[in-house]
Amino acid sequence: MSIENKIINIISDKLGIDENEVVPDASFINDLGADSLDLVELIMTMEEEFDIEISDDEAEKLVTVNDVITYVNKIA
Amino acid sequence: MSDNKKQTIVVTGGSRGIGRAICLDFASPNTHVYFNYLSSSTSADETRDLIDKAGGSSTAIKVNITSDTEVNDFFRYIKEHTGKIDVLVNNAGITKDGLIVRMKESDWDNVIDTNLKGAFLCSKAALKTMIRQHYGSIINISSLVGVSGNAGQANYVASKAGLIGLTKAIAKEVASRNITVNAVAPGYIDSDMTENLSDKLKAELIKQIPLGRVGTPQEVAHVVRFLASKNSRYITGQVINVNGGIYI
Repeated sequence: MSIENKIINIISDKLGIDENEVVPDASFINDLGADSLDLVELIMTMEEEFDIEISDDEAEKLVTVNDVITYVNKIA
Repeated sequence: MSDNKKQTIVVTGGSRGIGRAICLDFASPNTHVYFNYLSSSTSADETRDLIDKAGGSSTAIKVNITSDTEVNDFFRYIKEHTGKIDVLVNNAGITKDGLIVRMKESDWDNVIDTNLKGAFLCSKAALKTMIRQHYGSIINISSLVGVSGNAGQANYVASKAGLIGLTKAIAKEVASRNITVNAVAPGYIDSDMTENLSDKLKAELIKQIPLGRVGTPQEVAHVVRFLASKNSRYITGQVINVNGGIYI
């Protein structure tokens, strides 16, 4: 599974939404119904899944699905 | 029962006093108690032996809970061994009493760091696991004086009142993840912390307690265990006073 597909899979699973809804420019909070704790959980899952560390400062900048895909691709 | 089926209980300051009683109350074949100590490895060993005798199991680790690094290492160790944290009891506490006009800055800092910042750091570390597992209980050991105030203990009172605020804030923050956060406020309890009071002062204090006696560490521990049990899942953000009626 590509990094992108894996990320979409995690987001869909964590937020309980269809993978088709997880489009690149969807905002977690505005479009996908996530709350701030959901975001924290998502980031922690990404860290574990890809064996990376995302600082709080970086995490704040991850607003859309594409932000996460770009970020993880860059450092994983 | 394999280790990952056992409940993971974390107690700070478990080597003596109320902390030891809490560790012992949790001791059972279904739990593994992780507790930290700062100064006395002998007391920690004693607590461990007592837990063993009660049919439980435990791990004691020397951790300075005022250090972010040491706290994170402690919780990483626990996570690696059990993969989960069911219960965190923020019990570790110290006193450095004195009138405020004589209170050294270091006495203020040490008490606030251990009693309040320590609970913040441990809660933060534990919640990273609890939020993902969608359950957990945190119990903060506050104090009667955190509710009522007390002369000569500005630092201790501020830390214990601070714990109540911390309890309420975190309770609201993580309730949606099925995590409960409560505080227990013990009154005068027979423990290391009160053993240095003079007999005269003790007699005076007892006169003010409607139930007419000091409490035991076990009486505090039973309430903590209730707040950690499945029987109390609808209670969060509360302060339970265990004080013989001295403050109603």
